Amino acid sequence: MATSEVTQTEAIRSARRRQPGLFGGISPSSSFYWLRVLAENKAALFSGIFVLLVIIIALLAPLIVPHSPTTVDPVNRLKSPSSAYFFGTDTLGRDSFSRTIYGARISLLVGVSVMAASTILGAIIGLVSGYYNRLDTPIMRVMDGLMAFPAILLAIAIMASLGPKTINVIVALTVVYTPRMARLVRGMTLQIRDLPYVESARSIGLSDTLILGRYVLKNALSPVIVQATFTVAYAILAEASLSFLGAGVPPEIPTWGNMLQDGQRLITRAWWLSVFPGVALFLTVLTLTLFGDGLRDALDPRARER
Amino acid sequence: MTAYILRRLVLLLPVLLIVGVVVFILVHLTPGDPAAVMLGPEASNEQVQQLRDQLGLNDPIYVQFIDWVGGAIHLDFGNSIFLNMPVTTALWQRAQPTGLLTLYALIVSLLIGVPSGIFAAVRRNSLLDRGLMALSVSGAAMPSFYLAILLILLFAVTLHWLPSGGYVSITDNPVQHFKRMLMPAFSLGFANAALLARLIRSSMLDVLREDYIRTAYSKGLAQRRVITLHALRNALIPAITVVGSSLGALLGGAVITETVFTLPGMGQLVVQSVLRRDFPVIQGAVMVIAAIYVLANLLVDVLYIYIDPRVRYGNK
Repeated sequence: MATSEVTQTEAIRSARRRQPGLFGGISPSSSFYWLRVLAENKAALFSGIFVLLVIIIALLAPLIVPHSPTTVDPVNRLKSPSSAYFFGTDTLGRDSFSRTIYGARISLLVGVSVMAASTILGAIIGLVSGYYNRLDTPIMRVMDGLMAFPAILLAIAIMASLGPKTINVIVALTVVYTPRMARLVRGMTLQIRDLPYVESARSIGLSDTLILGRYVLKNALSPVIVQATFTVAYAILAEASLSFLGAGVPPEIPTWGNMLQDGQRLITRAWWLSVFPGVALFLTVLTLTLFGDGLRDALDPRARER
Repeated sequence: MTAYILRRLVLLLPVLLIVGVVVFILVHLTPGDPAAVMLGPEASNEQVQQLRDQLGLNDPIYVQFIDWVGGAIHLDFGNSIFLNMPVTTALWQRAQPTGLLTLYALIVSLLIGVPSGIFAAVRRNSLLDRGLMALSVSGAAMPSFYLAILLILLFAVTLHWLPSGGYVSITDNPVQHFKRMLMPAFSLGFANAALLARLIRSSMLDVLREDYIRTAYSKGLAQRRVITLHALRNALIPAITVVGSSLGALLGGAVITETVFTLPGMGQLVVQSVLRRDFPVIQGAVMVIAAIYVLANLLVDVLYIYIDPRVRYGNK
């Protein structure tokens, strides 16, 4: 007990001190203090920078790639990594490096779209369910039912019906991840809705939409943002899994999952076809989770102690 | 206790019903005629009509739904379109690899996750703790199929120590069976082990702060005894709940692992059926796996109150 008190006062003292760096001057009482906590967390900082880099690479892909990702070049098929082809080439002579770069586009497109869709839908469902007692049970039963499936299995089943298209991957994964967000927001709403400031908002006659949006959602925002960050990571992982199984993005589009499927088929002849796209996938998911962890620690003071 | 289990079982019914509705709807999500989609572009009109009759697609939707639920209760999911056998038979034939793979993966994740979590907590902030937690974060971000590919590259392609896939029944040849299940079980269980390690670590840290731990130390017990006798038993309790949800993740992950290692299990059947658009099999398999998952979670909750007498549900 005594030691933790000492470290706590130390922590407070060091928090007041001005630290070097862009956000080092933000005071602990500022509402932007989380930015400073985040910037002082090295793992989260580097992860954030890496994620930013992936986003830039994805956006600028056509300018970066040395070869076209889809041009077939039979003369140069199954070349091992070299200065001309950093990650080697596949059976059709397509440049694996360029394909990996283009793969980031699909991963981010799916990850961000699923995040946006499931966060908006989940927030609405969660708010309504938590705020209106009568709707709570039926809504949450449906959400429980959707969560009773292992995530990837439900996604596969939906893809089987909708057919392999990028937009369908987004739809399927949104169905999978919306209930998780809805449950989180509902829990927050239940906690917040009876607090005095919400009650006073109600007593001066504000409309429910205004109360939910301005008072409830706004105060549930931190965990929602953290969960949304993790959803990007999960969705990228799930998209790669679906594509790897042949039930995701159509095979002619270069994605990390599709490339890994090719790579596994040729595993005895061309190790580079599976190793490099896998590293890209792993690092992207890893940095997104680390960034999410950092964000959670920064936004939630209670989580910081650990 | 009995009343609690009964109430939980009753509460399961609406969840299972919704699971059933979702699975039922799946076929009807298909753009266009599901029968035509299943048979492919070369099917004649008569064939499509025949399949529509066979699947009951010409009936009103509520009749179809009642038929489907009625069948599902008797574990009758109709016939596979490609395998020429009842879906239940096809699933049953493939239950062994999936069941054993999930079990082995669970054992792997417990064997790795629990000791790592304990060591990390006991040596908090040491190099070991940091190393284990870094490994744990990376493990959770590692796609299981990529880990599988890397394992195959190392142990099958390069070192030739283990076969890269295929299944041998445990009753036919136990040695070959375990040789072939080693990599699948490890690649499937590793992410779960990572998750478990983090959880055990944090619950262990909570327990180590408790008064009774200080009492145990102050009466002169050795650290080893305090950890094993007092701390561990309490730290493991929260971990039990995760085993339930892990089972879902592992069953879902088995779909991918079985495909990578060409194990003829339910997961591989699902993936093959997706590519063949064999809807009755997909519906049956998804329904069965979801039901197993839901029941396993209930079992874990019951186990939980059994182990931890402090928790008594529903005695308000």
